[in-house]
Amino acid sequence: MSNTPDDRKYVESHEWALLDNDGTIRVGITDHAQQALGDLVFVELPEVGQNVGKGDECSVVESVKAASDIYSPVSGEIIAVNDSLEDGPEAVNEAPYDDGWLFVIQPVDASELDELMDADAYQQSIDEE
Amino acid sequence: MPFIPHSEQDIEQMLSVIGADSIDDLFDEIPANLRCAELTAIPSGMNEMEVSRLLHARAAQDGLPLCFLGAGAYEHHIPAAVWELTTRGEFYSAYTPYQAEASQGTLQLLYEFQTMMASLMGMDVSNASLYDGASALAEAVLMAVRANRKSKSRKILMPSTVNPIYRKVTDAIVKNQDIELIDVPFDPLTGQTDLKALAEFAGDDYAALVIPQPNFFGALDHVDAMTAWAADNKMLSIAVVNPMAMALLKPPGEWADIGVDIVCGEGQPLGAPLASGGPYFGFMCCKQKHVRQMPGRIIGRTTDLDGKQGFTLTLQAREQHIRRSKATSNICTNQGLLVTAASIYMSLLGPEGLKQVALNSHKNCQTLVQRLAQIDGVDVVFNGATFHECVLQLNTDAQQVIDDLARNHDILGGFNLSLDYSALTNCILVCATETRTLDDIERFASTLDALLNK
Repeated sequence: MSNTPDDRKYVESHEWALLDNDGTIRVGITDHAQQALGDLVFVELPEVGQNVGKGDECSVVESVKAASDIYSPVSGEIIAVNDSLEDGPEAVNEAPYDDGWLFVIQPVDASELDELMDADAYQQSIDEE
Repeated sequence: MPFIPHSEQDIEQMLSVIGADSIDDLFDEIPANLRCAELTAIPSGMNEMEVSRLLHARAAQDGLPLCFLGAGAYEHHIPAAVWELTTRGEFYSAYTPYQAEASQGTLQLLYEFQTMMASLMGMDVSNASLYDGASALAEAVLMAVRANRKSKSRKILMPSTVNPIYRKVTDAIVKNQDIELIDVPFDPLTGQTDLKALAEFAGDDYAALVIPQPNFFGALDHVDAMTAWAADNKMLSIAVVNPMAMALLKPPGEWADIGVDIVCGEGQPLGAPLASGGPYFGFMCCKQKHVRQMPGRIIGRTTDLDGKQGFTLTLQAREQHIRRSKATSNICTNQGLLVTAASIYMSLLGPEGLKQVALNSHKNCQTLVQRLAQIDGVDVVFNGATFHECVLQLNTDAQQVIDDLARNHDILGGFNLSLDYSALTNCILVCATETRTLDDIERFASTLDALLNK
């Protein structure tokens, strides 16, 4: 049974997006996603300063059995990446909603978040899988 | 289980299941004018005795010419043990085996090969080989464009001192991905890459600079300056090297102290015979930080549940069977048999033996050039240091001389450079390896003298 906190929004492709107090959006992958992938061995992060559109591929997480693209949940500019994952990708497995975050976006339009799923809707979508 | 192809009945059954009338129906999508139909140029079958006789006759046409031709493939002495061992049944496969981990011996051999190549090149990691030197350079270019995330450019600086065949092959492979190769001219005095011309590209966005060592003219190029310049201008550096020369020269991993990002080249000098042009093998090494962008198979060493050493295919998430269309490696096989020969060749010679081969080749080439330069009508074109090849200018039609030497004197007298370099009229590239003796050199020189000064 995976954990789905209700303080943030979710995408069908298993990313979460959390609006911080400063108006930026922090992005990671869900507990369900990290469980399905298994032990992560490598995370390829986007470049700081890179502009991404909603739904663009901007990161890759690689586990012992697969490599998966990460899609940006909103449009904007990448303003920070979680460099500690380069040497410690297991943080994504251990704390997908905290230390295992991937990158932070300065959104063009934060209301894009409203189009994403809430925790209940996401939980329902993975229960149906 | 014997291999029995589909019977007519099997085919009928399969067609009826999928609702097709004939096998031809399955190819309906291909317009008739694009189908090659009957292969009329293919002769009918021959039995083993006939084939054997035909191929022996063909092989005899090659003769045993005295070889002063290099230009990318080199005649070195290959100890008899190399191919005696390589062709043993346990090794005799062109590929990484399927169910790879069941073939621990083959994986260990590939692992040893990678270790030797990484050591010879002074690099962090090596793959298990590519097809040949030219396609390895193309793969290195594709890799550099992926790996240089700071660059938005799909342009590569490609010195004209890189083997012209490599440049053509690379262009053919990369151009359809909108990657452009930008020519950097050579210095007409030294035959090295022209550093002043290179400096004019500074400040513009290029994904990578290619650095040959030795370059196609046999010259030792400005490898330290070029490596540092590429890094200063936010480009990756791709070394394309003769592995034999690296036994003697500073390896690419140490150029400009920082080392290059990617090394590739042709592995033929390490135990593969000339064999009319192939099969050979390509190699590639890189810095650890680029390994996920490297194509090809990589063998890793690990321990199993019982703590015993084991070998395995590693970093497979780069590969096509996992990453599908987004794979960074679309070469699943490699030149396993040639790599086996190279590993055995390098093991038999050892680092000191390889260095001796390289040094003797260099010395023989010096002797050759000094002798040929005494001939009226032969001039040394460039004044820089060389490895085991050198450019000479003749006072007459170079192609006619090369043809005459080959047809009438059984001597391969060099490579006609004017075909690829319009400025090098009547220039030939000659080579001497450790296999050439003073008598060989004298025979070539006196024959050439007689042809030029009859």
